[in-house]
Amino acid sequence: MSIREKFIIPKRYNTISIALMVIGIIAIAALYITHGASKDPHEQARFWASLLQNSVYFLLVVNAAMFFICATTLAWGGWTLVFRRVPEAISTVVPVIGVICFLILMAITFGDNHIIYHWADTEHVKHDPVLLHKSGFLNKGFFTVVTFLTIALWSFLGWKMRKLSRSLDEKPLATVEERKKYTWNNTVWSALFLVVFALTVMSSTPWLWLLSIDAHWFSTMYSWYTFASTFVAGVALIALFVVFLKNTGYLELTNDEHLHDIGKFMFAFSIFWTYLWFSQFMLIWYSNQPEETIYFVNRIGNSSHPGAYEGIFWLMVIINFLAPLLILMRRGAKRNYTTVTFMALLILFGHWLDFYQMVFPGPSPDHVPMILYDFGVALGFVGLIMFVTGRALSKAPLLAKNHPFLKESVIHHT
Amino acid sequence: MAVKKFITGNFYDEEVLFPAVKKARRAGYKIHEVFTPFPIHGLDKAMGLRDTSLHTAGFIYAITGTATAVGFITWALSIDWQINFGGKPFFSLPAWIPIIFELTVLFAAVGMVLTFCYLCQMAPFVKKDHFNPRSTDDTFVMALEAGDKTNDAEVVAFLNNVGAKDVAVQYKETGWWLGRYDKDTKRFEKKD
Repeated sequence: MSIREKFIIPKRYNTISIALMVIGIIAIAALYITHGASKDPHEQARFWASLLQNSVYFLLVVNAAMFFICATTLAWGGWTLVFRRVPEAISTVVPVIGVICFLILMAITFGDNHIIYHWADTEHVKHDPVLLHKSGFLNKGFFTVVTFLTIALWSFLGWKMRKLSRSLDEKPLATVEERKKYTWNNTVWSALFLVVFALTVMSSTPWLWLLSIDAHWFSTMYSWYTFASTFVAGVALIALFVVFLKNTGYLELTNDEHLHDIGKFMFAFSIFWTYLWFSQFMLIWYSNQPEETIYFVNRIGNSSHPGAYEGIFWLMVIINFLAPLLILMRRGAKRNYTTVTFMALLILFGHWLDFYQMVFPGPSPDHVPMILYDFGVALGFVGLIMFVTGRALSKAPLLAKNHPFLKESVIHHT
Repeated sequence: MAVKKFITGNFYDEEVLFPAVKKARRAGYKIHEVFTPFPIHGLDKAMGLRDTSLHTAGFIYAITGTATAVGFITWALSIDWQINFGGKPFFSLPAWIPIIFELTVLFAAVGMVLTFCYLCQMAPFVKKDHFNPRSTDDTFVMALEAGDKTNDAEVVAFLNNVGAKDVAVQYKETGWWLGRYDKDTKRFEKKD
């Protein structure tokens, strides 16, 4: 079997990714004209909310690719090796969207409009005992520093992991000692990434970027729930790229067995997401404390107040739980390219909706302001991910051919 | 149950076993079963076994568990004996989901274990008779089905040829049976 070493970007792929980015820019411009430039602060907030939702969602999704690599490396899982360059390439998008996301977050925090982050309104916080109590954590300085460090550390550690992986391409490891040393090195750096990941995506990042939209409210499940959401979407993105590369005739050594395991991740983490989502809901529903239930009043409503986001909320549960559970359950479904592609797209969309209902009830509690431009912005980010990932795939060999665990991955079967 | 004739060979190494399984299939022998002390990856494919239906059974048990839980709790708490728990509605699904989940898992797990035991013809206190007791310890035993018209010598020669040790012609009862047959050797002697 001959192995095509490097990905050559097809012309159509390039055109589509650039077209999508253009659509994104047009959508952002149009959204700015219709909402962002408006004198009504709520309309402005609606513009920023769309940017916030999309940039944070896609940043966390592409970062989940590096988490996938590090988690499997730390578990000494060898099966991912044959397609390891795919999540690696996806993770190169982190610095790019990271910068965009950082700029958007700074604009929202330091702008005059405090509808999204009302903890950023220093005058208001003085008269708000709850926010005053939280101001040690929710203040502009802390927010900026932590956000900057978070994105910088993700980018740096991701770069380091990719460098370690690519360092083997030119010089193979000759002796067992060298291989042991390399594996140890890899383990230490992925452990470092995971520690940073645990302190950011699994705790502080969702608190600062998303939970602080509902600054009075709190939930200990929130970060895990966000993590599960982005991780399952991240695995879906990896699956999409693997299927795409398989269909274009690359990744010769990746086969149904690997796709099956990616499908298992999508299936299992959809259920994990549901578990966290439901745990958060049930505890709040059961204890019925007004300061906690307020979060769900806008989303699913209560006896006196119809929830504007009810439709999106339940649609999201169908897409993110029932569909993966019932469709991906069969062994054959996880090995079928069409089903996996369809489910990956559905999961990515479903968790995008999940983020939509996390962000938008803050600035727009009474009606769902979803218009086509929101999808346009999302498509812009999709185009950006396609563009940068395609570039990264074409730069490095598609097979980490000198990695000590490669054989384990080649003969992998479930 | 019928007592059938089998020709068994004992393999000491996977590397010998896999080609032997393939050769036996190609030569047209019907492999009754390969007994191994531990699961061997890829052996099911080499033997050409179809995927198990155990998970379909598991799904059906799970659905039964869900239905049982939903049905019973709804009947008990919303219809038969309504109790006001902290002002919650009598039909309060969120509170029941953990129990529905538990019953789903319980039904699926217990049902699948019992089905597995049935399919493998195992039950508590049933002692199975082995073609070769070493298949529970360190070797792999391949049993080829044989009939009245089988040329035993030819099959024995074939097994010896592909690397089997301790090749033997044995008579065993097949199918589901209860009882303690591990010490019973007379039962399986060749009847003329």
